[in-house]
Amino acid sequence: MQKRVAVTGLGCVTAFGTGKKILFDNLRAGKSAVSLISSFDTSDFKTKIAAEIKNFDASLYFPKNETRKMDRFTQFAAVAAKDALLDSKIDLEKLDKSRFGVVLGVGFGGISTILEQHKILLERGPRRVSPFGVPMCIPNMAAGNLSILFGAKGVCETVSTACASASHAIAAAARLIQRGNADIIICGGSEAPINPLVLAAFSSMQALSKRNAEPEKASRPFDKERDGFVLGEGSGIVILESFEHALKRNAKIYAEIAGAGSSADAYHITSPDPDAKGAESAMRLALLDAGTNVSEVDLVVAHGTGTLANDPIETKAIKAVFGEKAYKTPVVSIKSMLGHTLGAAAALEAVAAVSVMAEGVIPPTINLETPDPECDLDYVPNLARKAEVKCVMTDSFGFGGQNSVLIFKAVN
Amino acid sequence: MYFEKIADIVRHHLALDESIKITPESSLKEMKIDSLDVVEIIMKIEDAFEIEIPDEKLHEFHNLGDVANYIKSVKES
Repeated sequence: MQKRVAVTGLGCVTAFGTGKKILFDNLRAGKSAVSLISSFDTSDFKTKIAAEIKNFDASLYFPKNETRKMDRFTQFAAVAAKDALLDSKIDLEKLDKSRFGVVLGVGFGGISTILEQHKILLERGPRRVSPFGVPMCIPNMAAGNLSILFGAKGVCETVSTACASASHAIAAAARLIQRGNADIIICGGSEAPINPLVLAAFSSMQALSKRNAEPEKASRPFDKERDGFVLGEGSGIVILESFEHALKRNAKIYAEIAGAGSSADAYHITSPDPDAKGAESAMRLALLDAGTNVSEVDLVVAHGTGTLANDPIETKAIKAVFGEKAYKTPVVSIKSMLGHTLGAAAALEAVAAVSVMAEGVIPPTINLETPDPECDLDYVPNLARKAEVKCVMTDSFGFGGQNSVLIFKAVN
Repeated sequence: MYFEKIADIVRHHLALDESIKITPESSLKEMKIDSLDVVEIIMKIEDAFEIEIPDEKLHEFHNLGDVANYIKSVKES
């Protein structure tokens, strides 16, 4: 008998600030977190905007001598995890640490550290490259640092599937709890990709919005005038726990992870399969895993990047799976507000999905002004909507054609 | 003066507050400083005094006084 998997804590660091309340208040209000990039000079760049976290200071949460040995993506994860553990009210002193784990999704890892150390290598020579260069840049160090910070001695793993990383991480953690391999897992994702190299590389792919004159209007999933995604950064953390363990300690159970589905397009390194078969398959597998069908799904939290390719293909997949119900099911992209946080995106979408069920409000897809005939579903345009939501599907599709879909259900 | 400058570098690098005393007898090992931090501190000392400390010398230092004496011997020779 598989164990049921509860979500018992939510934490996040986003461009809106730290914590689920500030995130959901801003999402509900339909606010954009996108602004001009301030962390480096963008004069030579076609895209000059991102959903950047301004004035982030991890030393407000952990000793400075520790945080300076962490890349920004690890700092985000550390602060978000601390926030989530606090929310879960878990007493770390009383835990069996061998059954307490960490599973995180990370797309890039410490690219900023690589860039800084490479500059030192070129300008000052190999003898000045920091001994912290390696432990700061490797993508598994967010999870590694969390295990050290919180004493988690069970599973400690990192999943990397680009923009689907955090979704695959949550699915992996849920399976470990279902099988009885752990009681509690800190899971989610983290990313800090706003640096000159990543911005230039995505720009060269023509993937980014160039709407620099109107940053808040730049991320416009499903809108006909969309011109690419907007980079974001941050971390989302969900605490997953076996029902047994959560009930024993009288924990607040926000929701349960009812199912997960994973597939590959096997089509192209960056473009989604135009037939949407990979996305469709992941959705069907997730519903099957959850032992449910589309009649139960009240909301789809979309991948919804705002690229020309993603939005109509995701729409096509939803229609293939949902049939006529596709037109009656709200589909929302919070990337319209938070930008695309890549390896963290699915974790922030999980925090949002669970918050929707708790708050009874669906946040809007903002900047949806001109309908696209190929994107003709109910995307909850521009205004939040009150609704009783008991079952949410979240979509995530990564470069490499790697798809992951999760099903969250409310718990009575 | 060599020792004072070294102590400043260590204090600043580790963000130690003034209540923690650093003396010539202080050893980085006894202060339980991460070995990777030691490497960075040595880099900063090398930059500050514009010298290069050979790796094999590092094993001969027992405390910060030894480091100061070595730098004195190099700078004043």
